[in-house]
Amino acid sequence: MALTQEQKSLVESAARQTRVDTIRMVHAAACGHPGGPLGMADFMATLFMQHLNLTPENRHDAKRDRFVLGNGHTCAGYYSLLSQKGLIPRDDLLLFRKMGADLQGHPHRNHDLGIDFSTGSLGNSLSVSLGMALAAKHNGWDSRVYSASSDGESQEGQIWEAATAAAHYGASNLTVLVDFNNVQIDGYMRDVMDVRDLREKYEAFGWHAVDVDGHDVEAVDAALVAAREETKRPSALICKTLIGKGVSFMENQPGWHGVAPNDDEARKALAELGVADDELATMVPVTA
Amino acid sequence: MSAPPNLAPLYTAEPKKVATRNAYGDALLELGKANADVVVLDADLSGSTKTKAFSKAHPDRFFNMGVAEANMIGVAAGLASQGKVAFASSFAMFATGKAFEQIRQSVCIPNLNVKVCATHAGLTVGEDGKSHQMLEDVTLMRVIPNMQVMVPADSVEARQCIHAAAKIDGPVYVRLSRGATPIVFAENYQFEFGKAATLREGTDLAIIAMGVTVSAAMEAAEALAADGVQARVINMSTIKPLDVEAVASAARDCGAIMTAEEHQENGGLGDAVAQAVALSHPVPMKMCAMHDQFGQSGTGDQLLAHYGLDAAGLTKSAKELIKRKGA
Repeated sequence: MALTQEQKSLVESAARQTRVDTIRMVHAAACGHPGGPLGMADFMATLFMQHLNLTPENRHDAKRDRFVLGNGHTCAGYYSLLSQKGLIPRDDLLLFRKMGADLQGHPHRNHDLGIDFSTGSLGNSLSVSLGMALAAKHNGWDSRVYSASSDGESQEGQIWEAATAAAHYGASNLTVLVDFNNVQIDGYMRDVMDVRDLREKYEAFGWHAVDVDGHDVEAVDAALVAAREETKRPSALICKTLIGKGVSFMENQPGWHGVAPNDDEARKALAELGVADDELATMVPVTA
Repeated sequence: MSAPPNLAPLYTAEPKKVATRNAYGDALLELGKANADVVVLDADLSGSTKTKAFSKAHPDRFFNMGVAEANMIGVAAGLASQGKVAFASSFAMFATGKAFEQIRQSVCIPNLNVKVCATHAGLTVGEDGKSHQMLEDVTLMRVIPNMQVMVPADSVEARQCIHAAAKIDGPVYVRLSRGATPIVFAENYQFEFGKAATLREGTDLAIIAMGVTVSAAMEAAEALAADGVQARVINMSTIKPLDVEAVASAARDCGAIMTAEEHQENGGLGDAVAQAVALSHPVPMKMCAMHDQFGQSGTGDQLLAHYGLDAAGLTKSAKELIKRKGA
């Protein structure tokens, strides 16, 4: 069933809030990774607002859905979505990456906050997600496991070990959303290490795999619905995105993978995202 | 000081020998029956690691992950995060070498119930040679926060170590061997996690050993006794957390400590004991171990003898240490 107009608005609004929060969090931390979360915001918002069965009420229920952020460095957007779902206090977002905060620089497992697994080292996430999916199947639960990954993470060999095993075990309750923005920390993929056609690769490994415009929330939703209907194969959504999406000077710029905006850049980015002047005035400067 | 535990008759003409990996397979069967949350993973070595019996008894709780150890550990972590008690096995080289980072990131950081039980550890793998003789696994595992480490001395203790691992809430590494090794303990021996077992009393020096060198240490102590030297022999089967009180007492009572392991001295039992000695009661020490070197092909017994880790080698080293103690 396609998204209603109301659902679509909800998702789009969540995506915009994810982008705003990402800029504010990374700016306040004076370090972190803004580009990835901006690019992932639309498909992540679709997943979190329309599909992932995770609420403040069911966070400690073993039978609920699970989510593993493979590209853990993009966690600013993940934390924003968890806070929009009521799992992380809004006030905690600006403590991101700061001493003593729950919101670590890379996610650390914390079921109170809805953070299902510790990540940060690329390549480990799909194996862990598969283990969760196998446990759910073994227990007879109808919950699903969602995993976010990236084109860069697909350079890790362990991803393909996991892909082989997930197909072998028919983990149809596992869905990976791969952020494919053609950019990694050292530059464009074609210059650093071209991973080529990931849909073809996942398909060759025995998965149900589709390419999808990662900014088209209706297309992402339809692909997630199709993934739920799979009964034999795990599903891969290769989400084609633009790193830095929504902030003109960050779009498609490898330099914004892991650099925080200064005060002026943050204000400019937030203005582009539609943050009103009076709200911008409340932003605490962090750079000299 | 509690009384030494009951020991098997080690010095009969033909001591009984069983590989610790066999006890692992037996213990898994017992655990599988007793606890429906126990799952087992292997990386295409289930015949060698002895997880095959579990796979036959509980096919729905056994996951052969193929020749892909990193993925095996990650999957074990995912299973454990959902409430399973996951035993993951391969050879020690692959389980702790290839999958070190996965053990650190996906098992130990989230502090999950994954029990890495690795067989074919140490020199006594034998003929397969240096590629397969894992001599750094204890080092790699004991340095990771949250990880606890056991090295059973024989099959009687190994079975109990596996049951103890299942009871511990968190990551555990158990080092097991390929070759049949002498039975040290009587069947009614009670292993206690985190406690060293004093197998023989003595105050001239203490020999602290782990794994297959424990029986050699007992033999060495007999040989030393014939020369009037009374050695305390301590089985250190829990490497982490180390029984520092037993080490400190040995240092105070004996004034000299020798360690024995089929493992590198760097980061192994010797290092762990030296740390405890230095922080409690510094005394002369000697480490019988691999000294920053790889092994080679040969039978297990030949290799132990070549590297000074059999009874004769340990006896010789103990005499050298006694001289230093007196100096």
